[in-house]
Amino acid sequence: MTGEAHQHSGMTNGAAPGLVCLTDDGLAALFAVLREAGCEVIGPTVRDGAIVLAPLTSVDDLPRGWRDRQDAGHYRLAPGTGPARFAHAVPAQGWKRFVHPPEARLWTARRDSDGDLSIEGPEAPPAPRAFLGVRPCDLAALGVLDGVFADPGAAHHDPAYALRRRDALVIAVSCGKPAASCFCAAMGTGPAAGDTGADVALTELVEGDRAVYLARAGSPAGAALLEAVPHTPATDDHHTARRAQADAAAAAQVRALPEAASRILADATEHAHWADVAARCLACGSCTLSCPTCFCATVEDSTSLDGATATRTRRWSSCFTEVFSYIHGGAVREERGARYRQWITHKLSSWHAQFGTSGCVGCGRCITWCPVGIDITAEVAALAADRPIRNRRAPARLRPQHTGPRRRKDDPPA
Amino acid sequence: MSTDGSDAPRRPKLAVWKFASCDGCQLSLLDCEDELLDVVGAVEIAYFLEATRATVPGPYDVSLVEGSITTAHDLKRLQKIRRQSKVLVTIGACATSGGIQALKSMADTEDYIRAVYARPDFIKTLDTSTPIAHHVPVDVELRGCPIDRGQLLHVLTALIQGRQPRLPNYSQCVECKRAGTVCVMVAKGEPCLGPVTQAGCGNLCPRVGRGCYGCFGPAEGVNTRALAGHLRAGPAQGGSGLDGPATRHLFHTFNANAPGFREEGQRHG
Repeated sequence: MTGEAHQHSGMTNGAAPGLVCLTDDGLAALFAVLREAGCEVIGPTVRDGAIVLAPLTSVDDLPRGWRDRQDAGHYRLAPGTGPARFAHAVPAQGWKRFVHPPEARLWTARRDSDGDLSIEGPEAPPAPRAFLGVRPCDLAALGVLDGVFADPGAAHHDPAYALRRRDALVIAVSCGKPAASCFCAAMGTGPAAGDTGADVALTELVEGDRAVYLARAGSPAGAALLEAVPHTPATDDHHTARRAQADAAAAAQVRALPEAASRILADATEHAHWADVAARCLACGSCTLSCPTCFCATVEDSTSLDGATATRTRRWSSCFTEVFSYIHGGAVREERGARYRQWITHKLSSWHAQFGTSGCVGCGRCITWCPVGIDITAEVAALAADRPIRNRRAPARLRPQHTGPRRRKDDPPA
Repeated sequence: MSTDGSDAPRRPKLAVWKFASCDGCQLSLLDCEDELLDVVGAVEIAYFLEATRATVPGPYDVSLVEGSITTAHDLKRLQKIRRQSKVLVTIGACATSGGIQALKSMADTEDYIRAVYARPDFIKTLDTSTPIAHHVPVDVELRGCPIDRGQLLHVLTALIQGRQPRLPNYSQCVECKRAGTVCVMVAKGEPCLGPVTQAGCGNLCPRVGRGCYGCFGPAEGVNTRALAGHLRAGPAQGGSGLDGPATRHLFHTFNANAPGFREEGQRHG
């Protein structure tokens, strides 16, 4: 499967580069084409007072008219009458649950009455799926996860992940209404969907009492999909409106992370601010589990009562749990402040050395879904403003390495 | 299921004991309807009065102990059970923290007795309701009011197979997020103890839109003070606007005596 994980992604060769316009009917037709092709369509829909990602049966399941308000520790949804289906910011969850499931069987071993063992591997990958309405920040998050799991040369290459990615058609939708928690513009991941990374990139525009969808293919599969649905060429006005939406959505963002975040964190291994965070942090793990790129998982074994069947299961974990850093004799990170430091430092700083990119895409979910509203951007600002109490430069052995080329496990020693 | 002394390996002897409690936790074992025959096939039910009057004398391989210690007589009985049990597993909030009846530990027991009983002079009770682990060594603790039968089966299976049981000590939030449950605190402003409560119930309450009421007791390393402060803050500050008594009641229910919950409740109204 080497390389196939990117079959639909990041390819523009041969794809129709033109911007086309789909009406409501065009979007419904696109949906129908996907369903007829046997695709399970997953996208945003309203459930339990939030916009979540779930399998959709028709365009009517999309959150037409709904608006969300997101801020630190706060999420509220309000119905509206507008024709827009994508007038919300990021859904409650990211897409990682569909490519890196919260719970996945790794293998099951069975011992029959003769004592012979049979071993069953991971669950079969799901039927081909279409991810509809992927926000640009979430598209970037899929790219980050690809770097961790899909890269055949990566230390954490996961064939099951690569299959799920290979079989997912990605339809991105530019973000026109960012929330107060969003900071994709500062991270360079949004708010407009770029020309690469998705099979189709959509921009939703409201024209009077109807919505239209400007579409551009980013892969041959995406081009074929657009060919199969009724569309017209985009007009000059469409191009202008699309650019204006992107500019306005970027200008509307009130949060940001500084470019120097990586250095700020690397210099703050010892800092009075960690005790301040520890006083507020619940160590509940909501930030990591809401994050679209946090991939940590634990592996657990279970058996049947008679011992004839044993199953190894991988489940999402969090660096905010004690057991995460438990080694013989105890946990390495007992203190909440140490756990928060571990998370934010990995996310914004040592991730660069490990994977060649930031672990943060600016979706703001860790801010919104923190029960007590701890704000990653405010914590970085506080760390940057105050000089560390001691060890302004941490000992070299504690300092994440930022320079030099990205190394892979199988690279020869320097 | 040979009991005739043939070559079949001896099944471990299981005993189920009750102290001050409602029986709901031990009934969780009978609730394992689909697995009950497997359980009976794997262990010998030696003492389980909710299931059968027939009893087998000790010693026992595994004892499940439900309920808290509220009388001097119970304490003696518990010590005898411990001596007879190879592995002792406490089941439920009463056994692991003292239960809702531990509220009496923070009040005047005589007042309670006079309020409840027509003949208070018949009642002989301790002033406290204490968890089993305060009195004898405990090998495994199963939290909950009631316990989760999946966890019960997991522990029995692990003990029978000679494995270490794996029970989470992290927060309920981890389970909610894995399940894709929308956070009721963030999306509705519902007071929820999930961030400070140990996982294991299968996020029963948040998944039907209500806040966790902490029946699994405190998770490890909890920050109850920060959560309580947030719950008491007004909606404009992102909180739930709880007053002091409401905050105390939230922490002082089934695990009122659990370290963390006890002190946090006492700080409010």
